[in-house]
Formats: sequence, C-alpha cells, structure tokens
Amino acid sequence: MSETAAASAEMHQSSTGLPSRKLLMWAFIGSECMLFGSLIITYLVYRGRSIVGPYPEDLLNIPFITVTTFVLLMSSLTMVLALAAVQRNDMRQGKLWLLMTALLGLVFLAGQVYEFTHFVHEGLGLTTNLFGASFFLLTGTHGAHVFVGVIWLLTLFVLAVSGKLTSENAETVEITGLYWHFVDVVWIVLFTIIYLLV
Amino acid sequence: MSVSEASHDTAGTAAVHEGTYSGGLWSWVTTVDHKRIGIMYAVFAFFFFLVGGLEALLIRIQLGSPESTLIDPDLYNQLFTMHGTTMVFLAVMPLSAAFFNFMVPLQIGARDVAFPRLNAFSLWVFVFGALFLNSSFLFGGAPDAGWFGYANLTSTQYSPGVRIDFWVLGLQILGVSSIAAALNFIVTIINLRAPGMSLMRMPLFTWMTFVTSFLLILAFPAITVGLVLLMFDRTFGTSFFNPAAGGDVLLWQHLFWIFGHPEVYILLLPGLGIVSEVIPTFSRKPLFGYPFVVYSGILIAFLGFGVWAHHMFAVGLGPIGNTVFSATTMLIAIPTGVKIFNWIATMWGGSLRFKMPLYFAVGFIAMFIIGGLSGVMHSSAAADLQQTDSYFVVAHIHYVLFGGVIFALFSGIYYWFPKITGKMLSEGIGKAHFWLMIISFNLTFFPQHYLGMHGMPRRTFTYQEGLGFEAMNLMSTIGSLVLGFSILIFLWNVFHSLRKGESAGPDPWGGATLEWAIDSPPPHYNFRVEPVVHSRDPLWAEGGLDVDVNDPTAPEPHMPSPSLWPCILAFGLVLAAIGAVAKALLIVLLGAGVVVAAIYGWAFQPLER
Repeated sequence: MSETAAASAEMHQSSTGLPSRKLLMWAFIGSECMLFGSLIITYLVYRGRSIVGPYPEDLLNIPFITVTTFVLLMSSLTMVLALAAVQRNDMRQGKLWLLMTALLGLVFLAGQVYEFTHFVHEGLGLTTNLFGASFFLLTGTHGAHVFVGVIWLLTLFVLAVSGKLTSENAETVEITGLYWHFVDVVWIVLFTIIYLLV
Repeated sequence: MSVSEASHDTAGTAAVHEGTYSGGLWSWVTTVDHKRIGIMYAVFAFFFFLVGGLEALLIRIQLGSPESTLIDPDLYNQLFTMHGTTMVFLAVMPLSAAFFNFMVPLQIGARDVAFPRLNAFSLWVFVFGALFLNSSFLFGGAPDAGWFGYANLTSTQYSPGVRIDFWVLGLQILGVSSIAAALNFIVTIINLRAPGMSLMRMPLFTWMTFVTSFLLILAFPAITVGLVLLMFDRTFGTSFFNPAAGGDVLLWQHLFWIFGHPEVYILLLPGLGIVSEVIPTFSRKPLFGYPFVVYSGILIAFLGFGVWAHHMFAVGLGPIGNTVFSATTMLIAIPTGVKIFNWIATMWGGSLRFKMPLYFAVGFIAMFIIGGLSGVMHSSAAADLQQTDSYFVVAHIHYVLFGGVIFALFSGIYYWFPKITGKMLSEGIGKAHFWLMIISFNLTFFPQHYLGMHGMPRRTFTYQEGLGFEAMNLMSTIGSLVLGFSILIFLWNVFHSLRKGESAGPDPWGGATLEWAIDSPPPHYNFRVEPVVHSRDPLWAEGGLDVDVNDPTAPEPHMPSPSLWPCILAFGLVLAAIGAVAKALLIVLLGAGVVVAAIYGWAFQPLER
C-alpha cells in the first residue's frame, strides 16, 4: 500500500500532480456509477410491475431506514475526521475515527440484515416477485459495497494499531474515504428512489 | 534521430535488450513488464483468433452446399455463438490490449504503466477467463444462444444445462479484465506522460486508447448487470426475464446493447488510432487536421452511447424511439467521415512509401468505407426492417470488424513488429498475405450482401435447394477457405522473419513518435533518460530529441519486481466461477478465499524488493 506510493513516486513523475492511485479510484467510481445506474434502472423499470404481493407499500418501513440512513451519513463525517486526524499525524484520534466509521458501517449493515429477515418473514423472498428480486439485488449490491468498505477500514485500523499507518499514508486513508463517501452517496439515491418514492 | 542512431551502435545497450525477453517460463508468469504482458496478450489473442476462425470455417463449410448434414443444428448454434463471442472478447479486444500494453507507455515516454501488477492481473484474468469459456466444449457443450444471448432464449426453460452458465460467468470474468485494464490505461495516459507531452501532443494511437478505455469502464457495467440479472434468474430462480411473472425480455436487449454498441467502438477506435499512426509515417507528413481526428474520435465514443436501440428497430419501439435512434446513428457517420477525409488528405501530396503497414491501412480505408456505407443503410429504421436478421447484416459487420478492425490490426502488426521483436517482417510474404487476404475477404463477404437482400436469414444451419442461394454461398465458402490460408501465410511470415528477418534497428520506418527513439526490442526500462517533448512529432523536429534517451552513462532505472499475486488473484476468480458452474458451493468459497488472500498478499507486497 504505502510502499507502492513511494516506489511509483520515485519511478514516474505525475503529469497532473495528482497521485495515480487517487485518479484510479475516481475512474473506478465513474465505472461504479454505471453499475449502480444500471441496477437502479432495473429497479425503476420493474416498479409497480409485480403481479403478486407483497408490494413495496406493504413492507417498506421509512422511519426505521431513516435512522440507519442517518447512521451511514454520520459515518461519512467520522471518515472525514479520521482523514483529518491521520493527516496531522494524530494517530490516537485517527484510530478512534477509523474504528468509529467501521462500526457505523456495521450498524447500517445490521439494520439491513434486520430489514431483509423481516421482509422474508413477511413473505417477500428473492423469488417472490419482481419487487423482491430487484429490491434485494439493488440494496444487496450496495450492502456488499458497504461490507467491503468496513473490511477495508478495519484493515487500516489494524495497521494503525500496529503502528504501520502514519501521516505518510494519509493518501491511502483519503482514497478509502473516496470509496466510502461514494458508497454513502449511492445510498442517498437508493433511499430516495426506493423508500421516499414508494 | 541522429542521437538515437548513435547510441544504438554502442555495444553496451545491445547487450541489455537481449535480456528484455530472456528468462524461463516462471519469469513470464510473474512478470509485470508491460512489454512482456503485451506480447502474451498478443500470443493468446492470436491463438483465440485462430480458434474463432476455425469455428467460422466450419460454419462456412456447412453452408457451402444446400441441405448439408455435416454439422447438426445444435453444433451449429454453438459454433456461431462461440465464433462471435471469441472474435469480440478473446481475439480483437485482447489484440488491441496487446498494442495498448506494448505501445502506449513507449509513445508517452513512460517506463511502464501506472499499475504494473494490475496490468498483469488483467492479462491473467483474460487468459483464465478465455480458457474457462472454451472449456465448455468439453463439459456438455458450448454456449449456444448467440453472442448477444437474448432473453428468454437463455432461460433455464429454453437453455437447460450449463452452457449458458459458462457464457454468463465467462463474460463477467472477461469484464473484470477489461475494466481493470481500462482503469490502468486511463491513469497511465493522464499521469505518466513525459514532460512537454500535453494532451494535444499525444500520438493518435494513445488518444484512441484513452477514449476506448473510457468506453470500456462506462459500457461494461451495463452488460455486467444484465449478466447478473440473468445469473440470478438461472441460479436462484428470480424472474427478471420471465414474462409470466411480469419480467421484461426487452430489458436484456437494452442492457446488452447499451454495452453492445459502445463495444463496437471499443473494437474499432484502436484500429482508427493505428491507421492514424501508419498513414503519416508512410506519407512523411504530419497527420492532416490532428485536432479534428482527435475530436472526431471523442465524438464517435460519445455518440456511441446514444445509438444502442438501432439494434432493436425490429422489436417495435414506436415511431419516436425509432426516429431518434435513426438520427443519432446517422450522426455518427459525420465524425467517421471526417477521419477518412483526414487520412486521405494526409496521403495527398505526401511522399508515399508503400510498405506493408500502408498496404493494410489503405485496405482498411477501402473496406471500412464499404462497411460504413451499409451501416448508414441500417440507420434508417424502415430500411433496417428489410435487412435485420439477414445475411446483409452479416456482410455489414464483417466489413466493419474484419475489413475494418482486422485490417487495421494487421497494419499495426506490420508497423510495430520490428519495434517489438527487433526483426522486420518480410515484405514479399507480406504482399502475398495482403493480396490474398483482401481478395478472399471480398469474395467471402461481398456476396453475403446479395444473399441477405434475397432473403437468406442469419443463424440458420442450412437452406433448401432452389432458393437461389447456392452459387453465392459456394463463393463465400471458397473465399473463407482462402482467407484462412492467407492467415497461415502471415504466420509463416512471422516464423520466417523471427529467424531470418533483417534486423530492424531503432527506427526502420522513420517514425515521428517516441517509441522509435529507443532500441528494438526496447530495454526493459524503455527510456534510460526521460524524454522531453516539444511538438506532436518529436522525432521529426529539427535535430530530433534534445535529450539522449538511451544515454548509457545514465544510471539504470529501477523497475518494479515480479509478482505472482496478480496471477493467483485471477486464478481465484476463475476458481469461484468453476464452482458456480459445477454448483459446488465449497469450490466457490475456496475461490473467494484465494481472492481475499491474494488481495492482501498483493496489497502488502512492496512494488520494488
């Protein structure tokens, strides 16, 4: 991770002055936009086309998801605090906020697990109808992204605890943050089109 | 130029490049050198080009006579599906990737790509994914629902067994390879350009690689989602494409063609880039209207996202949809035409040297114009209804993808083979290859226009006697056999020239771009000293480069160390896919475990050791 940055800095100048890894993450996010875009279109195309229930209005619990949405948005705040702390080499705070971000992500995921199991109990499985299939695929893909982000954050936390993550690696934390914020932004879109537009 | 020639004579550098490709099998498996990766891309891609070609020959032999019983309908379906899938994903795209890999870092004056290990990962995912897809022939038969895999032909009801599972998983794996490679080239081209090489000084091939990479990262997610929906339908029993449960089969067509039409330009634009390099070099003239050629390429890519439904005129989108997509499709003819006029204007008044690369480039222009014109015919929805699903369309796509892309790629092979290997390809054998190929290509595909207009449908394993199809089908079959023979002549040229070809030297053609400033084959670090660029054609500037990029007294640059992790990671992905096809959860989990272990192994392995 960190070693990569040092080595490539020695080998190549950067034409734009931007670190290559950051550009890579931005380009990847561009690609991810098309991935989520295609999934969102699938969800919207099939909205109201299920021929058997349960239907979205029977199940979706907006107050509950509003709370988990708030938790996920707060994790973006803690991510910013983590990066700021690492940049000023305050690793005590850095560790705290990295862990906090991962924990908030886990709370969001726990909410999603609760929601999914609740839906299944209410009779909405993956194969029940088009709503079930497109809902579980879309929110599940997002949840998988959150899960990857949590693992990534916990890895950084372990590195920080063992003293291998310092302000020299602030760029790595920044790139993790780019990914994390992107996943949060996607959720804002999903919250709007799945829950608020029900 | 004088600078580079002088340094070429020094014995010291010559000894270094001997080592560019030396080392055993292990050194190739673990390599992160963009040049070796490019060569492996080329070798595997050409192998699959031959496989796809054999499939095409079997199709043509079957169609050579009416009511032939040589190949049964089931095998025929597998052959045309795998011919299309192989040529698109396993031959043309990786052959383009071979050129991206080898030439882009050289053209921008870099020592490697931005992420050398990610580059190796792309290669191995492609190789393993291609082998996985083709292994289906051994396990219950190859995919047989067409390269477009229309729903609900691909449902478990109409396609039981594992054939479609191989296709669904194979294409997802190949998508990973393409996206990883494209991300790498976007960052490489943005960030690793030599000092002074502004965007508008980049060689056209690098420009088209850049544009193609954006197409790849934006188009592939659409087909990935389509494939995931299909996988859920087939594996978990969802109803995304099941009309009985409210599913819409047209969603597949939209998702597929939102990918599929940009894919046409993913195949084509690298070829346009190659031709834009070859024509100026062999005309001894800078490219006419460079900014127009660049912006036309960008415009083609941009418009390419707005034309997908012209593949769907026959489904009945209604007059507004058909009109809009007709109009956007016609618009694409404008930037394409601009490029053709620019190439002609570059040659106009130039001192033309008809070497093999220029033969193929000119052949490309001629064939591509024919394919482009029949493309404009399809853009009219009313006319398209007459042509769709007929051999007219088969003729059109082969004029664009073979007459266009393959001719351009051969132009690139003849142009850069000396740079890659240090040996010239034989001009004499090359001429035999070219003339045989262009004549037999036209013999194969030109009659198909008439066959289509007379009503011969595509993807049908035979036709009855007395419909008037016999003579033209026989012509087409004879043409295809000669076409196959011309490829053998090319292979002979390669083997002959590798052993006995004359030495190339750094700059056999008098090229203008940076790759010609260094030795052939290039030393493993490419440029010993970083070049500085002041113009679009740096080697044609008076006095050539103002730095000696080969200065043997400069310290030898450090390069990244070999790594096995990319190969292991690629293997883990394919292992998971094997488990999914075999419906063995344990193998899937094992594959996922390998993936996770390899990601961590990779992330914590220093780039240089």
